[in-house]
Amino acid sequence: MSETFSARVWVLGDDIDTDIIIPTEYLALKTVQDMTPYAFSPLRPELAAQIQPGDVIVAGKNFGCGSSREQAPEIIKALGIKAVVARSFARIFYRNSINNGLLLIENPDLRDDVTEGDTIEVAVGEKITLNGKEYPIASLPENLLEILNAGGLVKAMRKRNGLED
Amino acid sequence: MGYTIIEKILKHNTGVCDIKAGDIVTTNVDRVMIHDIFIPFVADKFEEMGFTKLWDPDKVVLIYDHLVPASQVDDTRHFRKGNEFAEKYGMKNVHRSDGICHQLMTEAGYVKPGDVVFGTDSHTTTYGCVGAFSSGIGYTEMASILGTGQLWVKVPQTIKVTINGELPANVTSKDIILRLIGDLRADGATYQALEFTGDTVKNMTVASRMTMANMAIEAGAKCALFTPDEKTAEYCEIELNDFQKSLVGDPDAVYARELTYQAEDLVPVLACPSQVDNIKPVKELVGTKIDQVFIGSCTNGRLEDLQKAAAVLKGKKVAPFVKLIVTPASRKIYRQALADGTLEILSDAGAIITHPGCGLCCGRTGGILSDGERVVATNNRNFLGRMGTSKVEIFLASPVTAAACAVAGEIMEG
Repeated sequence: MSETFSARVWVLGDDIDTDIIIPTEYLALKTVQDMTPYAFSPLRPELAAQIQPGDVIVAGKNFGCGSSREQAPEIIKALGIKAVVARSFARIFYRNSINNGLLLIENPDLRDDVTEGDTIEVAVGEKITLNGKEYPIASLPENLLEILNAGGLVKAMRKRNGLED
Repeated sequence: MGYTIIEKILKHNTGVCDIKAGDIVTTNVDRVMIHDIFIPFVADKFEEMGFTKLWDPDKVVLIYDHLVPASQVDDTRHFRKGNEFAEKYGMKNVHRSDGICHQLMTEAGYVKPGDVVFGTDSHTTTYGCVGAFSSGIGYTEMASILGTGQLWVKVPQTIKVTINGELPANVTSKDIILRLIGDLRADGATYQALEFTGDTVKNMTVASRMTMANMAIEAGAKCALFTPDEKTAEYCEIELNDFQKSLVGDPDAVYARELTYQAEDLVPVLACPSQVDNIKPVKELVGTKIDQVFIGSCTNGRLEDLQKAAAVLKGKKVAPFVKLIVTPASRKIYRQALADGTLEILSDAGAIITHPGCGLCCGRTGGILSDGERVVATNNRNFLGRMGTSKVEIFLASPVTAAACAVAGEIMEG
């Protein structure tokens, strides 16, 4: 977990719910890839097309609140978003993201300082850097690290069932 | 040191004696619920994980509710996948058109006080109405439970909410929970449990408690808990055992926060667009024109909700340009409301009565709205785009308020 990367930032507000991340009307599409053009459409219909692989989202409090739909983190990952940084995350979204290997970072201050289009430097598990200022990243509980390190819950279970080393 | 209700349930379930908030424990799951939207994903993940049998087919419940009856051609794929999965793995608990998952889980006796239950829906918190620990998860975690029968949880801290006194006639448990969400805010109980107590709660029906537990997630809560009592026992058709009787917050339990309300001070409220914690007294919005009213959902589609609406609508007519859509939460409720004359009163007033299910609450069928329209609805979410376009304004209210609005054609107290 010593990866370091720099990324362009998309800024979102507080309480970004999973109905915004992917509205119910698109949930019965066959694959997550089919759903990605509609990501964030109630709030910013143009955003899904603008996001480039390797970008990050920086949001306010309670990111991912609402419905338990796991397509929400899957779509964010499918768009190529490398990490979501937020003041706080809703619990179901948090679990779903870990289980799908989407990196989430809780930070109380970055959202106030960052502007859309800024570039941040992320040292995973350590800190974020923006314009020379550093923002610490708290470490994860051990059981979550195990799932993340296995590459998500599906892989962890495949390992348990003897299908992978 | 004493224990909160959630600590007592997790202590009993895991056998960990000195349990406390913040501990990470592995629960032995008593029951799981999967609904139609997510069954194809659960099925795929289950097989991808390499499992070949369910840990216990009798503990798995599959319910078709969001997509019934199908409104888009692709929806039928979900039923087909569900049916194949149920047959392949020997599942008997499958409901294909009986009503909303959260209504059926308690109504059909799948959940008992003290149980640990997970579901692929955020409103799984509902079963706290009978004193069960129940919470929503994603489909990957559900697939892992189907194979292992276990799930890790962090023992949550608890916020204790005490409500004493007698509610005014036009105030319901919906108004209490909306007020609480407004006070806590949408993330005020994240990772925490809500524990409800006080004589208002003790005098409440299980159906009214269900409305409150259902919406706990709207404050971010992991679960909501009510102490099982004689009403719970009657509802669940059981006699409470010693463990179930013990599910009371101890006087010396440690709470993260305590809130107290006096029922007489509470007023009818609305959650205004487009956040559930944007709470205002109905009085402040009287006169706002509306286009539609929706009475239904796992929050407020029960017999007592339909009866309360009927009491307001009896002998009256819905305003000319307003559509009133009534969706009973289950087939059982539909039949009860048919038998006792409630549906007749609603129909006489001009209501459109639909089949039981999620209906308009999940925004896929039965009353989709368009730009600039306003709806007063008894369900649990008013998020942007939830019931049509993102320029629809959704106001959440009790069935009493909703019915009064339908007659007035504008926002009105019941």
